[in-house]
Formats: sequence, structure tokens, C-alpha cells
Amino acid sequence: MTITLNSKIPAGSINDKWNTYKEDAKLVAPGNKRKFKVIVVGSGLAGASAAATMAELGYQVDVFTFHDSPRRAHSIAAQGGINAAKNYQGDGDSVHRLFYDTIKGGDFRSREANVHRLAEVSVNIIDQMVSQGVPFAREYGGMLDNRSFGGAQVSRTFYARGQTGQQLLLGAYQQLARQIGLGNVRMFNRTELVDVVTIEDRCAGIVTRDLVNGEVVSHSAHAVVMATGGYGNVFYLSTNAMACNVTAAWRAHRNGATFANPCYTQIHPTCIPQSDPTQSKLTLMSESLRNDGRVWVPQNPDETRPAAQVPETERDYILERLYPSYGNLAPRDISSRAAKRSVDSGRGVGPLKNGVYLDFSDAINRLGKDVVEERYGNLFEMYERIAGENPYDMPMRIYPASHYTMGGLWVDYELMTNIPGLYAAGEANFSDHGANRLGASALMQGLADGYFVLPYTIGNYLAPMLNKPIPGTDHPAFKAAELAAQARYQGYVDIKGTRSPDYFHREVGRIIWDYCGMERTQQGLEKALSELPALYEEFQKDLRVTGDTESMNQTLEKAGRVDDFFQLGMLMCRDALEREESCGGHFRAEYQTDEGEATRDDEKFAHVAAWEWTGDPTKSIRHQEELNFEAIHLATRSYK
Amino acid sequence: MSNHLKNLKLKIWRQSGPTDKGHFEDHIMPEISDEASFLEMLDVLNEGLIGENKLPVVFDHDCREGICGTCSLMINGQAHGPERSTATCQLHMRKFKSGDEIVIEPWRASAFPIIKDLMVDRSAFDRIIESGGFISANTGGAPDANLIPIPKSVADAAMDSAQCIGCGACVAACPNGAANLFTAAKIAHLNLLPQGQAERFKRTEAMVETMDEYFGSCTNHGECEAACPKEISIDVIALMNKDYRKSKFKNRKEISRN
Ligand SMILES: Cc1cc2nc3c(=O)[nH]c(=O)nc-3n(C[C@H](O)[C@H](O)[C@H](O)COP(=O)(O)OP(=O)(O)OC[C@H]3O[C@@H](n4cnc5c(N)ncnc54)[C@H](O)[C@@H]3O)c2cc1C
Ligand code: SF4
Ligand code: FES
Repeated sequence: MTITLNSKIPAGSINDKWNTYKEDAKLVAPGNKRKFKVIVVGSGLAGASAAATMAELGYQVDVFTFHDSPRRAHSIAAQGGINAAKNYQGDGDSVHRLFYDTIKGGDFRSREANVHRLAEVSVNIIDQMVSQGVPFAREYGGMLDNRSFGGAQVSRTFYARGQTGQQLLLGAYQQLARQIGLGNVRMFNRTELVDVVTIEDRCAGIVTRDLVNGEVVSHSAHAVVMATGGYGNVFYLSTNAMACNVTAAWRAHRNGATFANPCYTQIHPTCIPQSDPTQSKLTLMSESLRNDGRVWVPQNPDETRPAAQVPETERDYILERLYPSYGNLAPRDISSRAAKRSVDSGRGVGPLKNGVYLDFSDAINRLGKDVVEERYGNLFEMYERIAGENPYDMPMRIYPASHYTMGGLWVDYELMTNIPGLYAAGEANFSDHGANRLGASALMQGLADGYFVLPYTIGNYLAPMLNKPIPGTDHPAFKAAELAAQARYQGYVDIKGTRSPDYFHREVGRIIWDYCGMERTQQGLEKALSELPALYEEFQKDLRVTGDTESMNQTLEKAGRVDDFFQLGMLMCRDALEREESCGGHFRAEYQTDEGEATRDDEKFAHVAAWEWTGDPTKSIRHQEELNFEAIHLATRSYK
Repeated sequence: MSNHLKNLKLKIWRQSGPTDKGHFEDHIMPEISDEASFLEMLDVLNEGLIGENKLPVVFDHDCREGICGTCSLMINGQAHGPERSTATCQLHMRKFKSGDEIVIEPWRASAFPIIKDLMVDRSAFDRIIESGGFISANTGGAPDANLIPIPKSVADAAMDSAQCIGCGACVAACPNGAANLFTAAKIAHLNLLPQGQAERFKRTEAMVETMDEYFGSCTNHGECEAACPKEISIDVIALMNKDYRKSKFKNRKEISRN
């Protein structure tokens, strides 16, 4: 397949593009929709909303998830909130401002047309979720309440206590459950996608593995949607759920879908620092805490007094000092690096000196403990449960951790990958956040894609296929993919080496974190690119998976996922190496101002890097999609 | 700073599949940091088992933040273990001491068949939601979100019940294996809100009857409330029962009107 990256951006002014598109899109008549089968992989916000909506429209939908129920998707863990340009607070918000903030937050590395559409439909999402019964926070008058998130100077974030993701996902899950109950959706739980099948340059379906009995089965469809989440677990320690992985997207990539900007990963500034070597994951403390918490470190690296006894004059409120106009609400990448620099300079706090303080004592004095508890009570409890300290009395200790991945499958304006009939939605695609995502924008994007974009764009692809036969699962390409998948999983069992998949995962994670984490250098990336293939070879020779392929085997599942993380890790380092600039979450130490701020190179790098698989992840081919800024002027990002 | 627990005696349920009869297996955990979570302790055990070329213990888990509802262990006879309002994954080893014997079992309930070891099949919960745990509002036609003001107290009460994570501890803790707390939490969430009124009685009737198909019946033991990691109040069950009684009357009236 030759790679063409046609973004298919509609003509016209930025304000009209989406309407023009919808007016011109081909339609499938209501009675004909049931003649089309659509596969949705993933039941998070993006997958559940897409599947429910397409089923409501009349398509036959099959949904797959490796979880035991669609309600468990990782979207459930989002805490802080969801953005929408409702301007309910009358503080000057608008579609244009949300659009602008998102482009700027992404350090001018996203596609204008997609981001504008996202801002446009953001308002519909809130309406839709309220009609599903999502109990968003309310003011006493009964109206919806809002808060602020990083990178914005307006209050446009809707929330449901500290469990916004849970409530939104349950809303979408319930909408999906209704369609399952009505027989319009077939739901496949504990079923993992292990391959994607393309026939005659079009996506023909998928191959799955039943995690309970190991059965490998093919499914054919007119179109396939990947709503399979992000790859932040490549770092091993991250805020993602344990099972989050890149396998689905990676298998699509290996079958011809280009993978865009893999090096754009987000390190979230407010996580609980690691406390023990056995630690399996890191816990996020919602960014909303930065509305009222102040980030500081002691000025003296040898400070030993408890936080409360350090006088004001001996504290360095790093974000307020460096970024006075945004203060503690500076964007994530900027805040993370500020914390890293403080710790690197020896001013870290806590027993391992691996964190910075997030202090609520001013807020408690100003607002009273009750108000603080009302706003953040459950987050404070969660912190205490994990860290064993009470944040009402002692400041929290926080440190950055891998959290979100802006990179993902390359998609065009219709959210279609470069493989016709294969779509990607939610965190799995690369589309809207450029080099850095603003807080509360992932939930917005997942639901925008699933509710308001895909259901339109998919019809445009399907309409001309009406009454044309598609290859069935007896096609040799499906059979070959099934055999390959069986061989792959049997292969892990047959290695019979000495080390568990977790051992290798920890090792890959360490390399990626050290050399392709918050700060990257040419030298470090080159080192990673020599260490990773060596470790990968060891994986292929020395892996140990006990048990068999025919029954529930969590070690085997993990082996497949770690294998794909290895290959992705190499591509991430390649991508980071070739992008000789700093932008958003991609910070190359060689490209910074005297004050340590990221320096972009718009001449050379105002483009998307989309990688083509060649069979060897260190030899993938780099393609470019130029980014044209028509509605917004490229500017240096400043939050001072 | 972290301390280390020594010499924990683990008694773990092993069962190769749904038809296997199952048995307890003893393991010693020589040392573990008190900063480790309970599941991290099991991770360490499993690494060790793989090292000895044995099968690791299968257990369900994912977010490890107490929100996805996947983790599900009976620890010393208590669903989710000894700490109140805490899911298994949020339980830390500092709640235990050196030399403790810890018995680890799966959820035991006839509606939750065991898949392997500590992993069970909770899809009966999905059946309850599919039967009516939703508001029928198709994508697209929703009115402006602020059109219907909802008093803060109502939104808060709905949120209290909506916090259920669908873990099934309530069922596992109940001597009858009843799912009343889970079902009532969803019914209360939706029936309290203005948006949920149109289907209120239809929803209640369908959900309660689906629940009865799969689960045992409630005899007011209250074990569910004590086990619930989200502190869902048993009051929601009274609310559900009231709406269920009304539904019998209201739904019939509606049918006769059509
Ligand atoms: C701790 C935390 C807090 C967050 N807080 C916020 C917030 O406050 N606001 C915000 O906007 N964003 C937040 N985010 C980000 C946001 O939650 C995610 O980006 C978003 O929910 C992703 O949704 P999704 O639908 O794309 O994927 P997910 O919800 O991750 O769903 C992926 C689905 O794909 C399935 N899947 C994956 N691979 C396969 C496979 N191979 N086979 C079968 N099924 C597969 C999974 O089972 C799952 O159903 C947070 C993220 C984290 C980690
Ligand atoms: S009611 Fe409580 S115990 Fe029962 S499923 Fe919900 S959260 Fe778990
Ligand atoms: S693992 Fe998610 S609630 Fe315990």
C-alpha cells in the first residue's frame, strides 16, 4: 500500500468547515443502515458513545473489550472534569477561545480544522450527558457549576465531584447497555483484538482472542473503529490502569496504518511520588487541585523542618514566580518540567526527596476547611489512603508521571486512518491535542469523536458500499491472520526462558522514562535506540510464560502487550530523535531558551510525523503532513 | 519511611476453571514493604511463582485507584478486606502485621461463577443495567443542559448513589447473594433526577425483575452496606422497594391506557 496522507480538510472558512462537510456528506438511508456491520473496539468514552449512537441510527454494531464489562474502560478513572465552551459563567468563553486555547496548549502542532470542530461540538456533549442523567455538580440555584483547569483563563470545566470520568463513562455505558438490551449491539467482553485484517487496501475486519478460553476468531465488517485508548503504560509506571496497552493500535500500524507523533507524550505534574520499588502504578491527583493548591519547594536544599514550619520567605513558589499570569495553573508540560528541575537541583521534598509540595493551607484559611472538603474531599481521602498523610494538616507531595499520549494512529478529518474503512477515535488517535493536551480535554475529545463526529463521517464511507459484498471470515487473509496470531501466542509460551513479562516491562519502561521522558537529548535517545533492540532480543530469547494458551492466562496477555510496547518504544525514540525542536511535551534539551523554555522550529517542524511500518521498528519510514495555520497566527507560547 | 512486614501466611483459593472443585493453597510471603498495596503483594507472589515455573494466581484488577470496580477479593472473610470504604486495590499492607495469616478467596455467589482462581464472572450486573438502568435519550436531540435546573441537594443525592463502582462486594457479603444494593443504587441515581422521571416505574420494574432472575433475595442483613467501598447507603433499597410497589400499579395503568 502506498502511503498518502490526505487530511481531507473541507474548504471554506474555519467556522463553516464542519457544517459544509455535514451538508456534503453522503448519507445512508435509515432503512439501509442495518445492512452495514460496524465493529467498535473499545468501550471507553469514545467507543461506548460511538457504538451506542451508531446502533441508535440503525447500524449493526459489534463491540469488543478486554475488560469484563464495558463499564470498566479506563475512562472511568478520569477525575477532574470535561471542558465545553458553554460560557455559562459569562466570563468571556466562546468556541473561538476554546479552539485557540487548545491549539496554543498543544504548542501549535495540531490540525486547526479538527480542533475547531471539537470546540464547536463541545457544547452538545454537555447537553447530551445531562440528558443521560450524569449528575454534574450544581450551584445552589440548580444551574451547572464550573471550575478552571490549566492553560485557560476562563471557567469552562464541568465536573462530577472528583469522578467526572466515572460519571460520563457510566452515562455512555448505560446508553450502550440500552442498545445491547434492544439487540442492536452485540457485546464481546474479555475479548482482545490481536490483529487487523486488510483485504484489497481496505479494512475488512479483525481477529480476536477470547481471554477466557484462548480461542482465536475472525470478525468481518464494513468498517472498524479503534477506540482503544492511549499507550502511556509504555513507561511501566504511569497513571493509566494496569491493562492499558498499545496492542490494538500497534496491530493496525503493522497492517499499514501510519502512527503519528509517537513522541508526544504527556507527563502530568500532580501525581503521588513513588514510595517503594514494588510499586505497580502511580496515582494521579487531579489537576483541579491546582485551583486552590500552591506548588512550592524549600529554597534550601538541606531543609529538614516539616513544611508548616518553613517560613514564607524561605519557600519558592515555583510556578507563581516563573509564570505570574497563570501561576499554579500553568499547562502540564511546563509545570512538570518546573517540578523536575526543582527535584534535580536537590530541593525535592519527602523521604526520598522526589516530590514538590502542593499546599492547601492558604485555601483552608481563606475558604474554610468545609469548602475545601466539599471541593476536593474524595481526592484528599485518596491521597491519605495511599501516602498515609493527611493533606489538611500536611501539604501533599506530588511529582510528574506519565499520564496521556497525544500521539496515536494518524487520522484524517473524518477520523479515518490511511487504511480505508479503519477509523480511530479518542486517545487512540493523534488528532486534536498537538504536542500537549490541556486538562479536561480528553474526555471532551472522546465524546466528541464518538457522539458527534464518527456517526456522520462513517456514513460518508459506507454509502457507496450499499449492497456490495464484503469478504467473509472464510477469506484466506483472515485464516492467515488467525494462524499468525495463534503462532504468536504459542511462541511466547514456547520460549521457556527465565524472566517474566513484568520484568521486561519494567526494563523497557525505565529506558523510555530515562531517555524519552520529560527531557530528551540526542545522546540519550541514541543510547535508548541501542539499548532497546538488545533488550528486545533478550525478551525474545529469555521470556517465561507459564501455563498454556487455551485458558485464562494473564501472563500470556501481558507478554503480547509488552512485545508491542518494545516496538512502540523504539519508534517513540526515533520520532523524538528526528524532531529537532522542543514543543509541548516533547522537550529536547538542545532546543531551549536561556530561561529553559521550549523552542519550537516552525520552519522545519510545523508538521505531523506519521510513521510507516517496514517490519523493523528502528527502520520505520517517516512521512509528513504539513500543518497550515490560517485562523491562528503561529506564536511563541507564553504563560508568563 | 517504610517498614517491612515479615512472614505472612497466605491461604489462597486456587481453582483451575468453573467445573474444578477448587482448594486452598498455602504460601509464605517472607517480606513485604508496608507501603505496598495488597495487590502489589500479590504481584510479588506471582513473580515468585513464575520464577518457580508455577502458575501465578489469577485475580481481576485494573485501575488500582478504587474506581473501575474490577478488583474483587474476599480477604479474611471480608469483601475487599478490613479497611472500611476501601476497595481491595486501595488496601495497603500497613493494615497488616508480621506473621498474620491472610485468607484470600474470590467473591462467592451463585450469580458470579468462578472463571479461575480468584476471578469471577459478574456479567449478571450488566444484564440488570441492560434491562432498564438508563435514560432513553438518543444522541442528538438533547435540550440545553441548563434548561432544567436541578436543586443542588437533588444532584448531590443522585451523585451519592451514582458512585457505585459495580464491584459486587455487596453481593459477596450478603448471606443470600442478593444484588439489592447495586440495583437500588442505580435506580436511586436515575429515579431522583428530573431526566429520569419518564421511565421511572418502567425502569424499576424491569430492573428489579431482572435482578430477581439472577440473584438471591434481600432479607435486610445490612452486610452489603458495610462491605461497600463507596458507602452506598442501604436507604436506597427502601426507595427501590417503594418505587417497585408503585410500579406494579402505575405500569398496569399505563398499559391499559395505551
Ligand atoms: C488517572 C487519569 C485521570 C484523567 N483525568 C482526566 C480528566 O479529568 N479530564 C480529561 O479530559 N481527561 C482525563 N484523563 C484522560 C482520559 O481519561 C482518557 O484520555 C480518555 O478517557 C480515554 O478514553 P478512550 O475512550 O479513548 O479510551 P479508554 O477509556 O482507555 O478505553 C479503551 C477501551 O479499549 C479497550 N481496548 C484497548 N485495547 C484493546 C484490545 N486490544 N482489544 C479489545 N479491547 C481493547 C479497553 O478494554 C477499553 O474498553 C485522565 C486519565 C487518567 C489516566
Ligand atoms: S453497591 Fe457498593 S458494593 Fe455493591 S457493587 Fe456498588 S460499589 Fe460495589
Ligand atoms: S482495580 Fe479498579 S477498583 Fe480496584
